[in-house]
Amino acid sequence: MMRRDIFQAIADPTRRAIITLIALQAMTPNAIAENFNTTRQSVSKHLRILTECELVKQEQQGREIYYSLEIEKMKEIDKWIEQFRKIWETRFNQLDKILSTMKKQKK
Amino acid sequence: MKNDLLFDFTVDKSKKTVFITREFAAELSLVWDAFTKKEILDQWWAPKPYASKTKFMNFEVGGRRFYAMVSPEGQERWVIQKYTSISPKTNFKFFNAFADENENPELPGSEWDHTFSEQNGTTKVSVSIYNESLERMEKQIEMGFKEGFTMTLNYLDELLATLSKK
Repeated sequence: MMRRDIFQAIADPTRRAIITLIALQAMTPNAIAENFNTTRQSVSKHLRILTECELVKQEQQGREIYYSLEIEKMKEIDKWIEQFRKIWETRFNQLDKILSTMKKQKK
Repeated sequence: MKNDLLFDFTVDKSKKTVFITREFAAELSLVWDAFTKKEILDQWWAPKPYASKTKFMNFEVGGRRFYAMVSPEGQERWVIQKYTSISPKTNFKFFNAFADENENPELPGSEWDHTFSEQNGTTKVSVSIYNESLERMEKQIEMGFKEGFTMTLNYLDELLATLSKK
């Protein structure tokens, strides 16, 4: 399976809408497609990309395949963003200190 | 000390852009200098315990800053920032790319846009970082912050203690 860019996957508005839908309950591709003004094929393509990113998982129930969200994978994204945010927070806290010193030197 | 200065960090995945806004309790010209002079930049750019080491910096359109993030173990991660636009004390933009120690960039990079404004002695800086792929920003974590990065409360305490003593 090709390695997908997870951020690319959630950059698409339709895919984000699919994520929101199946976060509430597992759904079949047909049920998902009913929520969009798009073809069933198009929804299938989005689901395939989300599956390749391991953001959604499939489960066979009888003759139907149900898609549901991989909550842990979504948390990974949040964790990454949080680390990046912390770097900036620290960097700017350090700048506060420098600016305070500069202000004193100017006086 | 309670710091009530604005700090806003958002990631717009559809625009593949990170937006960071921060206020500083200093006048605009000081903040501008802190962002555009290498002697000052090196004092705050790298989150502790990392150090920023600028080899050269020509702050002019077409000019470049070539610097390294140095880990406590002495490991260097080089970055090139090429200035694409400068409006003094208002805005500057650069193209950011990781590089080897011989200034060879690792493309693609990211586009950084900085806007400065002052109101009542408080300076607001807005930074936007556009990446062709947001995942590439992960490199910044991979370059070692993950293991070594600790924004310890001890450090903050130390910082605030120094400030209040003055």
